[in-house]
Amino acid sequence: MLENLLSPDFFNAILRATTPILFAALASSVASKSGITNMALEGIMLFSALFGVIFSAMTGNFFTGLLLTMVAGGVIGLLLAFFVLNLKTDEILAAIAINMMATGGTVLLMLAVSGDRGSSTSISNFSAPRINIPIIEQIPFLGQVLSGQNLMTYLSIVAVVVMHLFLYKTPLGLKIRAVGENKNAAESVGISSRKIQYIALILSGVLASMGGFFLSGGYMNMFTKDMSAGKGYIALAASAMGGNTPVGAFLVSLLFGAAQALANIMQLTEIPHELIQMVPYLTTLIGLGIYSYAGMRRRQKLAGKA
Amino acid sequence: MNSAKRFDLFRMLFSVLIALLISFVLIFFVSEEPVTAIITLITGPFKSKRNLGNVVEAMVPLIFTGTGVCIMFSANQINLATEGGFHLGGLVAAAVALKFGLPAGLSPLVAICLAALAGAVFCTIPALMKIKTNSPELVSSLMMNYLSLWFCTFLLMHFLQDPSVGSASYKLPAESELFTLVQGTNIHVGLILAILVAVLGYLFLFKTRTGYELRLTGENENFARYSGINIVKVVLLSQLVGGLVAGMGGGVELLSPIYSRFSWVSLLGYGWDAIIICTLARKNPLYTPLAALFLAYLRTGASIMARYTDVTLEIVQITQGIIILLVVAEQFLSGMKHRMIAKEAKASLKDGEVA
Amino acid sequence: MEKNIVLQMNHIMKIYSNGVVANEDVSIELEKGEIHALLGENGAGKSTLMKVLFGIESPDEGQIILNGQEITIKSPQDAISKGIGMVHQHFMLVPSLTVAENIILGVEPKKGGLFIDMDRAVSVADEIAQKYNFDIDVKSKVEEIPVGIKQKVEILKALYRGADILILDEPTAVLTPQETDELFVQLEKLRDSGHTIIFISHKLDEIKRICNRATIMRSGRSMGTYEVKDISTEDMSRLMVGRDVVLTFEKEAAKPSAVQLKVRNLSVRNGQGVLKVDDLSFDLRGGEILGIAGVEGNGQSELIDSITGLNKSYKGQISVKGTNIEKHSIKDIRELKLAHIPEDRMTSGCAGNLNILENLFSNQYTDPAYSGKIMLKMKRIQERSNELIKEYLVKCKSFRQNVAMLSGGNIQKVIVAREFSTGPDIIIANQPTRGVDVGAAEFIRRRLLEFRDKGCAVLLVSADLNEVFSLSDRLAVMYKGKFSGMFMDVAAVTEEELGQYMLGLKHQEEQEGVIYE
Repeated sequence: MLENLLSPDFFNAILRATTPILFAALASSVASKSGITNMALEGIMLFSALFGVIFSAMTGNFFTGLLLTMVAGGVIGLLLAFFVLNLKTDEILAAIAINMMATGGTVLLMLAVSGDRGSSTSISNFSAPRINIPIIEQIPFLGQVLSGQNLMTYLSIVAVVVMHLFLYKTPLGLKIRAVGENKNAAESVGISSRKIQYIALILSGVLASMGGFFLSGGYMNMFTKDMSAGKGYIALAASAMGGNTPVGAFLVSLLFGAAQALANIMQLTEIPHELIQMVPYLTTLIGLGIYSYAGMRRRQKLAGKA
Repeated sequence: MNSAKRFDLFRMLFSVLIALLISFVLIFFVSEEPVTAIITLITGPFKSKRNLGNVVEAMVPLIFTGTGVCIMFSANQINLATEGGFHLGGLVAAAVALKFGLPAGLSPLVAICLAALAGAVFCTIPALMKIKTNSPELVSSLMMNYLSLWFCTFLLMHFLQDPSVGSASYKLPAESELFTLVQGTNIHVGLILAILVAVLGYLFLFKTRTGYELRLTGENENFARYSGINIVKVVLLSQLVGGLVAGMGGGVELLSPIYSRFSWVSLLGYGWDAIIICTLARKNPLYTPLAALFLAYLRTGASIMARYTDVTLEIVQITQGIIILLVVAEQFLSGMKHRMIAKEAKASLKDGEVA
Repeated sequence: MEKNIVLQMNHIMKIYSNGVVANEDVSIELEKGEIHALLGENGAGKSTLMKVLFGIESPDEGQIILNGQEITIKSPQDAISKGIGMVHQHFMLVPSLTVAENIILGVEPKKGGLFIDMDRAVSVADEIAQKYNFDIDVKSKVEEIPVGIKQKVEILKALYRGADILILDEPTAVLTPQETDELFVQLEKLRDSGHTIIFISHKLDEIKRICNRATIMRSGRSMGTYEVKDISTEDMSRLMVGRDVVLTFEKEAAKPSAVQLKVRNLSVRNGQGVLKVDDLSFDLRGGEILGIAGVEGNGQSELIDSITGLNKSYKGQISVKGTNIEKHSIKDIRELKLAHIPEDRMTSGCAGNLNILENLFSNQYTDPAYSGKIMLKMKRIQERSNELIKEYLVKCKSFRQNVAMLSGGNIQKVIVAREFSTGPDIIIANQPTRGVDVGAAEFIRRRLLEFRDKGCAVLLVSADLNEVFSLSDRLAVMYKGKFSGMFMDVAAVTEEELGQYMLGLKHQEEQEGVIYE
């Protein structure tokens, strides 16, 4: 057990397990920065996991499959935005509706496309490739951790940097933060908060769809029913705990990825696998508790006795 | 009923209609025999006594979780753990039925009470976390659902499992089964319990002191605090009572004639269905049986359709999703509403009765 | 001189979706280079008219003509592009961003085609501040600058976007008299440089001081446009409210009795850790009204929150009728017969989506008259609701009507009815008549006096100087968490003098009559 934990394979697995959560956490942070909680991440990931498989098979290559999935994710984000922003639907209830449609819709769609019921075994599979990084792969230990990951894993880390620059250095990022912090202020200078939130939610949908794509085209090599298994919700917690900043979301996602990787290793032990399945959720729950408690104490201290 | 309320009702019915129409269009896309499928969906539930019975049976868990969610949402506690609470309630009832060896009559009573208690404790955890650590109950309750699933599966596989059938418990003893009300169907005494719970839920929210506190807090927490209401009590109590009802529902459902073993190894979704029930019932438990009847009818029709045609049951989740989206969409048809109200205002201007 | 009309709004009609007719056939005409007052009571429809002009609301009927051309304004962005700028009553600034970032927000200078050019942003913001003689450090964060400066940032924002027509919505509401003077100098300069300014206010003296013409509105209708120099303040107020405002109350001399509320060495910090109430001590007796004047944000809210139990983290001692309330809940404090009219009726005074009945009993539903141990006595509650609606002249269809559907004045009456119906011994009234119509305000003030005459202790915090002057038996001025002044003879104090205490220019070292011991 212990040697497993110290092996480069374990750290390699952490990065793998972090990838889908990280994409979704970035998706959540951009939505949150614009002032909207995107709980539909879960459904978008699930839809995208299936779309990834179908689009890749249809076009015969993973790259166009990924692009089309990202477009589809953006469209779902757009749909959420339309309901929340134009029709004034409660954002949580709208997300619940989308997640519900994802649960049913993916099964329906898979059946219609392939005749499969539980998992997409009859659809030929085009996963994103693993990539070996020259030079780094030569470094002992570190090379085994960092090199040979799935392309999507590298993309997720690039996405952290890009999202950071986007939110803090570009005009659009400034507008997103302004809308999220004081919508009226942004409106008063002619920024259409609706347009900005549309953009943020579409972007959020695209990022979440990349996480979903990885689930069926990297983490596993097919789509299975309900395969997002709450990762969207975990990401929601990760983003909140990271202060809705890309870098913060990255760090917390790593923590949750580690919990997932640990759970995978624990499968080798005597511990019943049902209990091991609880580890990622329990970690998230406890992490959320500690983070929220610390925040509460900090505010209390500030307001504390004069 | 004033014009605004009348309009809301109209809009709700209209939303349901649109959702059904969209679902029918989807059926045309995915099915080889769409017309048969749609006809089966609509008329299937009326085809036999058993089918009609299925509709009524399906209402029971929906009323329970729907009422639970109505209570929590009325206090503006967006706790989604009814799903897990229901699941846990089912497991506890199964465990009591299998392990306690109680006589008929007493066995279901104890089982349902303990199931309710388990649900209450379970759904209170997000509430406690909110009070003690300020964690949002939304996220924590979502995590709780997965914990409930795996914890229950663990207990099932290690303590209740019947090795001869795989992932299911031993057969539940006859003593624990809820008796049937209508011969030839599985309509059971749980229906009466469910309707009773809905009525009690209504009385609780609208006629008791605590219910008033809950609704006041739900509508405006600052106002409630300012008025001297103990918010901590409301947060705790609403989720406790909501969980109690959900857990009870799980127990009742499992002990019904529909199940002979505990075999739930994935979440059943009743917690999510509860949200559409609550939405259609406008957070009033009294209307949950009506909302549940609609959904149960749709469900039963869909499962009959799935049995006889090539369209799967999951189409219903899409219908449900669309209904939620449209019913809670405040601005949906708002232009029509605005014109209606503006017309009334202009009319009253003429009458010179401006307030 | 040839009249140069820049903007006309003709026959504007706006009905909100709750059925309120906010504008009914309103017309207004602006000349280039004037300061045009839009005058009216709260709820007269001024803000709605301006929201229509700024593209926030779309009118149901009417036309807008800008420089001779009919236009439709679809959004604020649209308004800005047509040279219309608006400074809102509540600042539209993003607190965590710098002044420069706030100014350039929406029109950011770029470098490399992709990123914000922060250096240029700072220099551009600096330039525009220099050009209009605004003394502002553009690199400071908005959350750290005082109110007066924030307002300047707002004006700069509009100017930076090329506004020719500038709408100012009650700009002096949050300013000290000195800051107001400074603002007026700026406005005159802007006017002289050809800008047209719409000045929304209900302060007649300010309108007299700087406005050229005034359009007066009353309950959604225009009462006409007048040259300010040709119309007396009396006439303006008559057009505005339809009758002469009662500025003074006939009241008997106060007969103060025992001390009901005792505050000793109270210090309170706010959520950001800033000291808001600083070692404050005072007494309040039965049968008197103690008025607290002061510019908003000088600790009044924190003081009241501590007395009423909403805030528990304070240092010092507060006793209500001899009971130290430190360990007591809000409910306990209310049971000592303390009533509280909150500062903001919509955030904490009522639940808009609940009906009138449900809003009338939130402080007394546990009273054995209205409920048993578990169940509410609905019949009794309904009867009592009807009584209260009648007694407090709440205009409504029935107690089943949701509070949000009522007008501001009627909502306030519901709140006052609830708070007064318990027969309080102490009333804490925070801005009791803010934003309510004249009739309702007078009704509420008379009620406060009646309670005083019955021996009730009243603490009155109000930004309305007229109100504190006419009601108070003693008058304290709050400045930076302390009482900078305490006046036993309210009639002898002038507004100018009060202003100096409010600004902290004057400070009484020895305060008579703060503590009775």
